[in-house]
Order: sequence, then structure tokens, then C-alpha cells
Amino acid sequence: MSILNIILQAVAEGKGWAVMGGGIGAGLAAIGAGIGIGKIGGSAMEGVARQPEAAGKIQTMMLIIAALIEAVALFGVVVGLLILLLY
Amino acid sequence: MFKHILLILSLSVLSIFTAYSQHDESHENHGAKTEEHVEEKFNMGEMIMHHITDEHGWEFTHSLKLPLPVILISEGKLTVFSSARFDENKGVYNGFKLDHHHIYKVNEAGEVDHHTKVWDLSITKNVASLLLSTVILLSIFFAVAKGYTTNKGKAPKGIQSFFEPVIVFIKDEVVKPNVGPKYQRYLPYLLTLFFFILVNNLMGLLPGAANLTGNITVTLVLAFLTFIIVHFSANKHYWLHLVAPTGVPPVMYPLFWIIEFIGVLMKPASLCIRLFANITGGHIIILSLLGLIFVFKSFVIGAGVGVFTLFMSGIEIMVAFIQAFIFTLLTSMYIGSAIEEHHEADHGH
Repeated sequence: MSILNIILQAVAEGKGWAVMGGGIGAGLAAIGAGIGIGKIGGSAMEGVARQPEAAGKIQTMMLIIAALIEAVALFGVVVGLLILLLY
Repeated sequence: MFKHILLILSLSVLSIFTAYSQHDESHENHGAKTEEHVEEKFNMGEMIMHHITDEHGWEFTHSLKLPLPVILISEGKLTVFSSARFDENKGVYNGFKLDHHHIYKVNEAGEVDHHTKVWDLSITKNVASLLLSTVILLSIFFAVAKGYTTNKGKAPKGIQSFFEPVIVFIKDEVVKPNVGPKYQRYLPYLLTLFFFILVNNLMGLLPGAANLTGNITVTLVLAFLTFIIVHFSANKHYWLHLVAPTGVPPVMYPLFWIIEFIGVLMKPASLCIRLFANITGGHIIILSLLGLIFVFKSFVIGAGVGVFTLFMSGIEIMVAFIQAFIFTLLTSMYIGSAIEEHHEADHGH
């Protein structure tokens, strides 16, 4: 009975935890995106430094891959938003 | 003639904002007279949600709201009235109640009836913005098409010469390499998709505009259209690779069916969420930065925030182009992979 009470109380007053969880989750997703796109940018720079004629193609591919990585990070941000809106 | 439509539209938007951004002097005098005028605390979350979500009237600025028609079908009856009726009477009118953007039936005592289904077919802010962007797109592209007939055999001039490189870029760099030899069939849809997303992304960045491509239902429909086109034009090899992937012993097929099924659903879902989250996230960033000015109420903060917001708006314009490009590119790639012909080198048969 007391365990049930504690759980019920935690669920009822859990708004603070839920909101914090949403925020931390979104932040971690941003870290992931930052690292991923940083690596892409680094390799793109290296590739262009080796062969400046391929700069156009490398730039196009870099933008495409950056958008794909950003989409995954934004999945995490959307989950965070959902938590914020539903609680 | 279509160029004149665009000119009139842009001039009217600019003049409306100039006229209604004047500070309302009558409010100032009222505040001085009545001492119990309490200043409301600025609620940033509410302000942001108000600008991101859909609503039944179109509020350009605080003193200018355009009431849009509310069209409801309930119990077989069609009811049409202006959304100004909801504003006058705090959301209750003619047996209907507007509660958190949903419309419910309500009886005279004020009790909401949750069991009667009300079909809300109103022209909301997003629908009106969609119609406006359709008018803009049609004007632009009819003008471009007309340019091809009037400048037949000559160099392109005017609006035709502005859009031709963009259209050719999409055709040669995005559609042709990714869809393959049969790209002509899908080119009209893909070009329309690109310019639709681009124009709506850019329109959403204007003040007082509706957040259309940041609405998950709109992006869901676009992704669903991609899903439909891919699966209706998929050839035998695509389906074969889905149900019987090569190099897999037949005993493991059920596991791969689950994986491939999820993969088939995730591709349009990722298209939907990518566009929605990028555009809505961008709007939230700009609104939060501008809201900081109201939280701190200081000119110095205002100047600094203004410069940084200008920089962020530049990034948002770049994101608008990139997201339209990526959506079109990924749709072309999915269509290309569905209609790809069988290559002997791929597997032993």
C-alpha cells in the first residue's frame, strides 16, 4: 500500500522530472549531432585540401549527409518537445 | 499580369505591417488614468506556441486579426460562420465551443458534449496560407512558362531567366542521376514538391505568417505521397528484395520481413519528421531569442539579441533551401531505388 502511494505521488508530482528528462534528452541529441556533423566537416575539409577540383561535389555530399544526421538529432528533440507538451 | 499579382501582394503586406505597427496612443492614456492597470507577466511558452500552432483567425499583428470562416459539419448539418464570433464570446457560439484549438458541441448550460463528432473543415490560418502560397506558385510558374512562349528562340528574360537555372539544377543534379533513365515521368511532381516546400518554408519566416511546413500534418501528407508514389511504381525486383533479400538463408526470412517492414515505414516517417522538426525548431529559436527582449526589457539586450537573431534568420533561410533540396533528393532516391532495373553483377542470378 505504501509503495503504491509513493509511486502514485511520484507520478502525480512527476512533472519536474519529466520536463527535466525532456530537456536533457534534447541536449544529448544535440551533442550527437554536433559530433557527427563535426566529423563530416573535418573529412570534407581534408578531401578538398587534397583535391581542390572536387570541392563542388564534396560540398554537395557534405550538405546532404549533414541534413541526414541532423534529422536523427531532431528525432530526439521532437521526443523532448512531446514530453514538454504532454506534461 | 502574374507579375502584377506578386507586386500587389508584396506591397500590401508591407503597407499593412507599416500601418498597424504604429503604437496605439489610446492605450497609453488609459494606462495613466486607471491606476489598477496590472502588467501581465510575459509568458514565453504561450507566445511561442501561439506563433507555431494553427488557429481559426489569422493574426498578423496584435491590432490586426483577419477572421477566417469556421466551417463545421455536425450531426449531418453544415454550419458556417466567421471566427470573429468565437473571439467576441470567449470561444462559445451557436452551440459550439472552441477549447484548445478543438471545437466541441456544447449545450446552453455550458456542458461540453464529448460524444457528438464535430468535423472541423474551417479555413484556418494554415489553410489560408496554403491557398496564398498556391496563388504565388501559380503566378510565378505561369509567368515563367509564358516567358518560354514569348521568348521563343531568344535568350531568356525576366522571371524566366531567374528560375531557369534553379529548375535545370533540380532536373540535372537531383532528379536525373537519382531516379535514373525514366526520370521524365516523375519530374513534374518532384519539381512541384521542391518549389512548394521552398516557397512555404520561406513564407513561414516572414513576421505574421503561418507555420505551414512546420505543421506535422502537412509534412506527413507530403511523406505519404512519397510512400504512395514509390510503392505504386515499384517493380518486381524491389518487392523481391523486400520479401526475399539476397544472401540470406530462407530460415531467417521472418526476421528480415520485420526489419524491411520497419525500414519501409521509417523512410517516409523520417522525411516527415526531418522537415517538421527543422522548420518548427528554427521558428522556436527565433521566437525564443526575440522573446528574450521582452523578458529582460532592456535596450542593450535588445540590440545584442537583434544582431544574433539576424544571424539566426540567415541560417534559417539557408535551412529552408537545404530542407526543400533534401526532401526532393531523398524522394528521388527512393523512387530511383524502386524502379531500378536488375543488374547481373548484383547477385548470382
